[in-house]
Amino acid sequence: MADIQYLAPRTLDEAVGAYAAAAGAARILAGGTDLLVQMRSGAVRPGVIIDIKKIAELTRIEETPDGGFRIGAAVTGAALAEHPRFGKVWPGVLEAVNLIGSKQVQGRASPGGNLCNASPAADSVPALVAAGATVTVQGPNGRREMPVEAVPAGPGRTSLAPGEIVVRFTLPPRPAGSGDAYLRMIPRTEMDIAVVGCGVNLTLRDGAVTAARVSLGAVAPTVLLVEDAAKALIGSRLEEAALEAAAAACRAACRPINDKRGTIAYRTRVAGVLLKRAAAIAAERAGRA
Amino acid sequence: MAKLHVSTTINGEPVEFLCSPQQSMLEVLRNTLGLTGTKEGCGTGDCGACSITLDGRLVCSCLMLAAEAEGREIGTIEGMAQGDRLHPLQRKFLELAALQCGICTPGVLVAAKALLDRNPDPTETEVRYWLAGNLCRCTGYDKIVRAVLETAAEMREEAAR
Repeated sequence: MADIQYLAPRTLDEAVGAYAAAAGAARILAGGTDLLVQMRSGAVRPGVIIDIKKIAELTRIEETPDGGFRIGAAVTGAALAEHPRFGKVWPGVLEAVNLIGSKQVQGRASPGGNLCNASPAADSVPALVAAGATVTVQGPNGRREMPVEAVPAGPGRTSLAPGEIVVRFTLPPRPAGSGDAYLRMIPRTEMDIAVVGCGVNLTLRDGAVTAARVSLGAVAPTVLLVEDAAKALIGSRLEEAALEAAAAACRAACRPINDKRGTIAYRTRVAGVLLKRAAAIAAERAGRA
Repeated sequence: MAKLHVSTTINGEPVEFLCSPQQSMLEVLRNTLGLTGTKEGCGTGDCGACSITLDGRLVCSCLMLAAEAEGREIGTIEGMAQGDRLHPLQRKFLELAALQCGICTPGVLVAAKALLDRNPDPTETEVRYWLAGNLCRCTGYDKIVRAVLETAAEMREEAAR
């Protein structure tokens, strides 16, 4: 077996340096719940493993003075669940992160890893897209920020440049009357991969929707931001006609595959159903009477 | 191949070992350190037979590199009994025969203890969701869930005394 190296740098600069120097032979280790499985199956054979969990910024959860959140890329689902405030402000994002795997997996798996593993069925990604979250990435040419939906490029592929590492997510401050929700369809109640996932994030004033973001997972090569669905909801009072228009926009956005988890027709239909259900939960959380 | 030298704490005792960079914690526990109570089931994080705690948090040791143990605290099934005194969960599992073949049992016990450490009064639903990552190939789940609930009740009574 080829020589393999394990590095656990304490600074981001060291990590970026090592990652860029390895020129594609390195893999980033956050929780390892995807990487170790891929290494075991022989799907990836890294020459260097760069463990990013000793870098303080990557494991920190910060509430900013304006009420936003900064979540380090390697923060675990369990740590996020234990945060006293995060789940109150972003219940939809938290439920999406906590749907990933078992309690054991939650003890290690991170939203950064979920994003970079780039599965079209990743649970946390649609919720973060609906939340309007951005990611900060750092590479050999410095830092840049981009919307979460700009990261996935296809199954298992991201738009990150060589040597770039996801540092953190930034979630914007919440206006009063906001709520979010994430629902996924699986044929059982726990421990499965999404057939369809749907994230909805709403702001309501006097019962009318003033802002909305809608996302879908597992119905296309990447997680989708469905702007037409959001447009159908904005200005409405979530009447049946508006919900049906948003559901139709979700169905129209679907470009799924047929596989053992679901057919194209089934996934497309379920996308509309989940939109309506997730919108109802988000509205409830936004404080609609 | 260069070996890594790792200093860690296992069940409260300082431990040092050598490992290769890609070796899992599970492999080192079982094959290097002789702590064979932790079982290998799937090796892909689906079955929970290899459950341990890392700084008090429940994880699958098959999905952790041994090198990551540096400076951390590991808890395994071997640390659950105090000498000859079984943990209340272990006693209850024996009393209620909450095991058949036994291969999932160490992982179930480690996971159940992690639950009761956080939540001394879980509902049946909470126990079932918490243990969803521990597969029992004999499908003896009802007895397992009952044993965890009864242990929790006993430990609460004990604590109130």
